[in-house]
Amino acid sequence: MRSYAIYVGKRVLQFALVVFVGISITFLITHLTPIDPVEHSVAQVSTFGFSSPESIELLRQSLRELYGVGDNLWEEYLIFWQRLARLDFGPSLSAFPTPVSELIGRALPWTIGLLTVSTILSWFIGNIIGGLAGYYSRNRILRIIGMIMMGLHPVPYYIVAFVLLIVFTFLLPILPSSGGYAMNLAPGWTPQFLGSVLLHSILPSVSLILVGVGSWFMGMRALVSNIVTDDYVTYAALAGVPERRLVTSYVMRNAFLPQITGLAMSIGAIFNGAVITEQVFGYPGIGRLLVEAVHAADYSLVLGITSIAIIAVSAAVFIIDIIYPLIDPRVQVTQ
Amino acid sequence: MTQISGSPLDENSYVLETRALRAYYRMKYFGIDREVRAVDGISMHVRKNEIYGIAGESSCGKTTFIKAIAAAIRPPLEIVAGHVNYNFINNDLYALPSKERSAIRWRHLSYILQGSMNVLNPVRRIHKTFEDFAFRHMHMGRSEFEQEVKRHLERLRLPAEILRAYPHELSGGMRQRVCIALATLCKPEFIIADEPTTALDVVVQKDVLAMIRETQSEFGSSMIFVTHDLAVHANITDRLGIMYAGRLVEEGRTADVFSNPMHPYTAHLIASLPRIGDIHPRNALTGSPPSLADPPKGCRFHPRCPLAMEICRHENPALTTLAEDHRVACFAASATVQPTSDEKPQHPEALETVR
Amino acid sequence: MIAVFRDLFRYNGEFAIGFMIMMVILGVAATSFFSPYAPIDSYLVAMDAPPSAEYVFGTNSRGQDIFWQLTFALRNTLAFGFIVALISRILSLAIGLISGYAGGAVDRVLMSVNDTFIVIPLFPLLVLLYFVLRDDMTWFVLALVMAGLGWAYDARLIRSVMISLRTREFTNTSVFSGMSMPRIVTQEHLPYVLPIVFSTFMNNMNWSIGLEVTLAVLGFTDVDTPTIGGMIFWANQHSAMVSGIWWWYFFPTLFVTLTFIGLFLLSISMNEYIDPRSRLDRMGNS
Ligand SMILES: Nc1ncnc2c1ncn2[C@@H]1O[C@H](COP(=O)(O)OP(=O)(O)O)[C@@H](O)[C@H]1O
Ligand code: SF4
Ligand SMILES: [Mg+2]
Repeated sequence: MRSYAIYVGKRVLQFALVVFVGISITFLITHLTPIDPVEHSVAQVSTFGFSSPESIELLRQSLRELYGVGDNLWEEYLIFWQRLARLDFGPSLSAFPTPVSELIGRALPWTIGLLTVSTILSWFIGNIIGGLAGYYSRNRILRIIGMIMMGLHPVPYYIVAFVLLIVFTFLLPILPSSGGYAMNLAPGWTPQFLGSVLLHSILPSVSLILVGVGSWFMGMRALVSNIVTDDYVTYAALAGVPERRLVTSYVMRNAFLPQITGLAMSIGAIFNGAVITEQVFGYPGIGRLLVEAVHAADYSLVLGITSIAIIAVSAAVFIIDIIYPLIDPRVQVTQ
Repeated sequence: MTQISGSPLDENSYVLETRALRAYYRMKYFGIDREVRAVDGISMHVRKNEIYGIAGESSCGKTTFIKAIAAAIRPPLEIVAGHVNYNFINNDLYALPSKERSAIRWRHLSYILQGSMNVLNPVRRIHKTFEDFAFRHMHMGRSEFEQEVKRHLERLRLPAEILRAYPHELSGGMRQRVCIALATLCKPEFIIADEPTTALDVVVQKDVLAMIRETQSEFGSSMIFVTHDLAVHANITDRLGIMYAGRLVEEGRTADVFSNPMHPYTAHLIASLPRIGDIHPRNALTGSPPSLADPPKGCRFHPRCPLAMEICRHENPALTTLAEDHRVACFAASATVQPTSDEKPQHPEALETVR
Repeated sequence: MIAVFRDLFRYNGEFAIGFMIMMVILGVAATSFFSPYAPIDSYLVAMDAPPSAEYVFGTNSRGQDIFWQLTFALRNTLAFGFIVALISRILSLAIGLISGYAGGAVDRVLMSVNDTFIVIPLFPLLVLLYFVLRDDMTWFVLALVMAGLGWAYDARLIRSVMISLRTREFTNTSVFSGMSMPRIVTQEHLPYVLPIVFSTFMNNMNWSIGLEVTLAVLGFTDVDTPTIGGMIFWANQHSAMVSGIWWWYFFPTLFVTLTFIGLFLLSISMNEYIDPRSRLDRMGNS
């Protein structure tokens, strides 16, 4: 228990380091800008003409604090952190005067839902099939499945998503092409709405899964082909332990563990894929919001999303990290 | 009494018999073909109730021989020729359908392997391993089985708490004892032990050896005991076979082999055992053991043998009985030693290879 | 070197196929030097012509010949991937080697920084960067930034290889036999590390090209430099799918997918090469 506490302590530090570095890079990038973003943005809002002077002033102030045009860089940096701690990125420019945090709050559940489901599915599918392919390395069907998965794996998310879009909404229109749910439905916990959400999530999640599955497959297959020569597997096979038990409790169980660490290491990359997939399918998540914010030159929103994405991804990694020792009985001794 | 090598002394008393057993590693990668002739024509038998030791330098093929008699063959290892018979199956091990072969595992034939660090599944508690290995042979209910396991541990003076532990929570010696308990639970006729004490420190090694000896005599199992450490053999084995470069070069009662080694290699091994108070420099062998991928023709020991003669370069000496229960394969040991065919089997592909 | 290549080509299917695919891709990219058109000129040929004998891959709505566009796009895309991979290899080799050899506190600090870079999601950062730089975000700046952010994963890999090499027997024997450290590194370790560097080079090219395509498709790069992603971006801008000009998508997608598969095959062929070869070499003559 004590060693677990130490372990968690270390993970907390690593988590803090990631957030610190990520947010600092974000801060630095925004300060590379050659133009004054604040006046640029304020001018843009003013041209729409229907904003009250007070809200314009509010915008100007929060932009000043966020991008910092204060006296020195340090001060700006500290103010930036304070804003972040309150999750206060000021009003959005493109959806003025809705606060940025509210827009993000609306979009985040979609992305989290999409990513959680597709990541878990591709992790399990890839690992189980990869594990079997590693164990039954001569099985023809598994080999063919393996080749398909490996062929799909290097293809970028955008292309897979795009091909699926063309096939299932254009050539063979059986699935909705865009959005998170049918437009004519009111959001709520109704069966129709939930069904619609499910239907709309098929293409985005399938394209994420298709691309994601390959690397788990390959990783697992390689792990298993090593583990089958390990002493404890050889020994159990010699002892005549039934094959099913051997594959599940001896081979797979041990190979799954490093793949959990692998999951933590690839959350960032998975998030990259979600951004583009959401864009292709018009999915109302944080990725599409980001792209729209860039097109609308919505400074606060871009900054808010970037910061939240960094925090959310590192939090996901942190959670996996601290769960890991609870699953792997060996970690306790090595703290 | 001359005896045709490989046939049992007494049909009723042997438990294991191998005849002209050959097991090769065959590899083909990137255009390199390699055949490692790790076990090359071994004929021997193990009698009821005895501990048969196998000694020899590292890489001489001991573990491969063990794999071959345990039917633990997976590529690139292949059985190229020969037979492995056990009295409890009354048949060639490799002629058995794989289902029957796995039915005898652990019930009749169990193992204690080298380096017990990793022989137990690191993410499975010990009692689960007992269940996986032995439950299906014991024909009893689960709680009864658990009681039986506990009784067995008690008999071996092991604490019952280890059943709840994970392997990494036990010491190396304790893990090895667990393996011995595991291997003897079903009271098998035959136990194979490959370097079971090698990774342990001397004190623990003593205890473990004593434990093996006790359980073996209590349950009346026969045993093959492999280690490169001759001192261990002197302690525990009844008969001893010396391997060199994939072949058996000498075999006899352990005491006879130690007091009267007839093969120059055995003589060298025994002479180089450390003795208290010995100040004479040892006459070391020149050269190193041959590569089994390209072994020398004739007697495989000839490039290093101080007694090598012309015939040794061309002919392989047959393992020949020269004294009671004492076989030697060396032309210099006696004029009765005749050449044997050094040829590889004619059509290895035609022979059964087993996955 | 040549012998290694010949063996790989002959006995390793992945390598042979990957190599041939990449030869075709490089060949197409090389023909860009003979293009009759400048890459950014538009309205040079008939618009929206389907593939034919005159225009093998058809033409687009901007009056460009897609084949010649593609040759430029492939060239730029490959060059982009190459530069990112080259720079980030230098970083990951340096950091992986230092970490693996030094061990101790140096290792802990470096790996802690390393893991940080593995975790941080790059895409939003790259978007943010584009957002701030806009037109200053040239092809080369993007390559530099991606190289600066994309070394971490492989640095960890190289470090773990170094650690296992360091603890291998032959380092000890070489140390005892008085071999100098630089000689040990070049003669004993490099043969293991080089295939890994090659393999991660291919992987890293795939990674950076994939990100570049993604950014370009969204219009978040310098779309005036023709790249594969840029071609798809312009196709989207002209709603090519709606107007049925499928070839505008098809050929860039086909060729970039081939590139991905080719690079990927080359990278995994190395994985298989590293393993049995070294095992064979160590075996039997010990
Ligand atoms: N999996 C394998 N593949 C190829 N060659 C092997 C393999 N395992 C062992 N060998 C070779 O077979 C020979 C005998 O090895 P082994 O039976 O393990 O010897 P020992 O147990 O006496 O140390 C050695 O030369 C070794 O290199
Ligand atoms: S047969 Fe010849 S070479 Fe072999 S051990 Fe005897 S004397 Fe030496
Ligand atoms: Mg051995």
